[in-house]
Amino acid sequence: MPLAPSDRELVVDELGRDPTAAEEALFENLWSEHCAYRSSRPLLSAFASEGPGVVVGPGDDAAVVALPVPGTETDDQTRYSDTYITMGVESHNHPSYVDPFDGAATGVGGIVRDTMSMGAYPIALADSLYFGDFDREHSRYLFEGVVEGISHYGNCIGVPTVSGSVAFHDSYEGNPLVNVACVGLLGEDRLVTAAVQEPGNKLVLVGNGTGRDGLGGASFASEDLAEDAETEDRPAVQVGDPYTEKLLIEANEELVGDDLVRAARDLGAAGLGGASSEMIAKGDLGAEIELDRVHQREPKMNALEILLAESQERMCYEVRPEDVDAVREIAGKYDLGCSVIGEVTEDRYVCTFEGSESRGRETVVDAPAGFLADGAPMNDLDHVEPEQPATDLPDPAPDLRAAFETVVGSPNTASKRWVYRQYDHEVGTRTALRPGDDAALVAVRESAPVDAAPGTGLAFSAGADPNWTDVAPYDGARAVALENATNIAAKGAHPLAAVDCLNGGNPEKPDVYGGFRGIVDGLADECADLDVPVVGGNVSLYNDSEAGPVAPTPTLAMVGTKAGYDAPPAAFAGEGAVLVVGDRALEGEAVPLGGSEYLARHGGTDAFPEPPRNNTAFLRALADVADHDATRAVHDVSHGGLAVALAEMVTGDAGADVSLGGDAHRLLFNERVGRAVIETTAPEAVAAAVDGVAPVHEVGTSTPDGTLDLTAGDESLSVDVADIRELRSVIERQME
Amino acid sequence: MVAVTVAVIRFGGSNCDRDAVRALEHLGVDAEIAWHEDGLPADPSGVVIPGGFSYGDYLRAGAMAARSPVMTEVREAAAEGTPVLGVCNGAQIGSESGLTPGAFTTNRSARFQCEQVHCRVERADTPFTAAFDEGDVVRLPIAHGEGRFEAEDDRYERLVAEDRVLFRYCDADGTVTDAANPNGSKGGVAGVLGERETVAVLMPHPERAALPDLHGGTDGRGLLRAFA
Repeated sequence: MPLAPSDRELVVDELGRDPTAAEEALFENLWSEHCAYRSSRPLLSAFASEGPGVVVGPGDDAAVVALPVPGTETDDQTRYSDTYITMGVESHNHPSYVDPFDGAATGVGGIVRDTMSMGAYPIALADSLYFGDFDREHSRYLFEGVVEGISHYGNCIGVPTVSGSVAFHDSYEGNPLVNVACVGLLGEDRLVTAAVQEPGNKLVLVGNGTGRDGLGGASFASEDLAEDAETEDRPAVQVGDPYTEKLLIEANEELVGDDLVRAARDLGAAGLGGASSEMIAKGDLGAEIELDRVHQREPKMNALEILLAESQERMCYEVRPEDVDAVREIAGKYDLGCSVIGEVTEDRYVCTFEGSESRGRETVVDAPAGFLADGAPMNDLDHVEPEQPATDLPDPAPDLRAAFETVVGSPNTASKRWVYRQYDHEVGTRTALRPGDDAALVAVRESAPVDAAPGTGLAFSAGADPNWTDVAPYDGARAVALENATNIAAKGAHPLAAVDCLNGGNPEKPDVYGGFRGIVDGLADECADLDVPVVGGNVSLYNDSEAGPVAPTPTLAMVGTKAGYDAPPAAFAGEGAVLVVGDRALEGEAVPLGGSEYLARHGGTDAFPEPPRNNTAFLRALADVADHDATRAVHDVSHGGLAVALAEMVTGDAGADVSLGGDAHRLLFNERVGRAVIETTAPEAVAAAVDGVAPVHEVGTSTPDGTLDLTAGDESLSVDVADIRELRSVIERQME
Repeated sequence: MVAVTVAVIRFGGSNCDRDAVRALEHLGVDAEIAWHEDGLPADPSGVVIPGGFSYGDYLRAGAMAARSPVMTEVREAAAEGTPVLGVCNGAQIGSESGLTPGAFTTNRSARFQCEQVHCRVERADTPFTAAFDEGDVVRLPIAHGEGRFEAEDDRYERLVAEDRVLFRYCDADGTVTDAANPNGSKGGVAGVLGERETVAVLMPHPERAALPDLHGGTDGRGLLRAFA
């Protein structure tokens, strides 16, 4: 994708001459949709990104948030500790289609380096993955490769993958989505940003040698995928080396610990050119870089290749001249390449290159860094407001047992154990609540005010549901935000902050752009309503294939905090009353079935149920209930509706006897969010906690026998744990 | 005075080194990370070879680390009676370096597996199992792609005859079955002893089952008490 003529004109005007080949390529990449967010930035101002705990908001490699002092999470004046976390999320969609294993693996590597760039140590990953229909062999091939790639890379670098989501939907057939979020941990004194500090300081490149891999990846990520993309575009996909990444993580930790780093940025999209020009632009200074000084893996690379290659596992550091030897020593200890490639200057971004002695040293780039990093004009695109579908329900409706088996046995709602069993989710010995529950809980002992006191239990939830946002981009995205927050509250934690990964199709199509605007505004409004700052994110557009554009997909990765590392399980204990809180359908409201797995499986359309508003009091009450001594289990109700939530709670030792009054299909399969199932031995305490905040219904009792007995209206159903496990193991059965 | 400290060896690519130190310190055992190029500290009270992907597991899991100079020191310390425990990648390194018999190779599933397993204690008269009785069932997590224990038939028979099997995978009741064998290990072997009972390797992670705040069980403490 060459530089557009109108962009080229701007460049010629600014430089006062024609750009060199290297400049032209640099502008093409840095001004691509992938790097410059030309079609999305005008929308992103909708997000509220500030808050009392936010230390670094959007715009750097990762966001930085201070953890509340454990126990003060819900105080009127929450106090913040000097223990910080970083949050970042990244998409690796196009590479994962072309080469699922390497594409997904390098996605993990990139977001981990974004974490390191802030001075943090990576402590948890979450992956949200989206593929075409599970029934198609090609979808399963991509699914298998992506999971293996994440497993290979994440396991090897010793960062646990603790959370995430997997969804299958037609629209991802030719364009899967791989969204990876990472949380890092640092003390206040270790914080580093990308902004260079001082002219005269050196720029030092540490890590892998630079090769010709991943050339033009940023501009590749901004194109539609053609049918033959799998073979044609392979050179634009990088290959990752997790062993080198692990060495780089430890070297970075030592460099930061020894206070040798003034500024840092990882080399991602647009390689060295992207990283170094952004560091300079953020520091409002300049740089002079000698490209031939970059340590290389391949012979005879030219200036443009060195500048733009997306070779993995590389970091660029600003280092004081007197610290350069110490940096070299640490790099050497970890067998990492290290080259001093230039220095910080007062202004302009200049790259020179000496390819051969006969030609001497040539200037290949000479441009204002701010113009490179921020000069891309924004797109003002037309949009069409999406409309919700008319009601057209399956007629005749399937009988209750058939519907239950179809929805509980759908790959979308089924157990994802086949996936997370391949991820090391325990390395680091921080994982107190493991994958398969509503949210993971990660022990951050560092924030404990004194040694004997508990630290922070960091709840981590990530995902989106294409069924919801396909039908209703705005309300679907609000539902995604509320559902992630409910996952966190169900474990007794209070939402702290979120990052988003916004995936859409070609924004130049007004209907696609309309849907994309919908998910941006929906996420922004609901997060603002929940008082959860959206501290960073990533945008991936042009996710189109022969199958059309992907459903607008607003992956949200949210964290919440609580004091200590205890949380109720999502499984029945077999000894309490079963309550549902927040359920308006049980209250008698006609909640529509739009966006449900039920309709996705049986055919038919309906409006998406509007999520409730003003949910902070509900979430706070739910979090309080989760920590009641009498509480035995708490489980969020969402994908697949109440039927799936109840089925998921059955174990070999415990089930439930549940009775609902009304239309069985609506009650069991609607996917209105903001609900939870609670098992408790003190139902009156739950009623008191949510009084005036959300409706509560006692629907039955938990039984010590591993069977779910369900009566709804005039239909009833009895399934035992063996049946449920069989239904829920569809992914495992098919993939083994 | 020489501090009496357990050395947890860090190779490039080790990733359970900090976890081992945290678990040992939780039990009140003094432990520190020893970078492999710096060699063992003087007179360590014990040595842990932790899990991870030393040298990226290129070549074969554990093969390159097994040939590093620090492993010569570990073999010497082991021969003198210093307790040595290899966990996961450390078990692969231990077997590659000849500290323990047999080999660990690709799982029957050909996939990485992270899950809880049960193991039966086959020998209770070692420092690593003194907290248990023979036949006890312990619950421990595994996390590996190459943990299938293999040995040629005659070598396997010899190590059984010499009573060097420390743990076998079993069901919750302590019966060794194929269904309870997560990776296809020969005889369900999860861990073995070296020439002395003070040297052991196993694929499950005791350091991940030592901290009560993680709700993953604490059976791993019994093994780590060898260093107390």
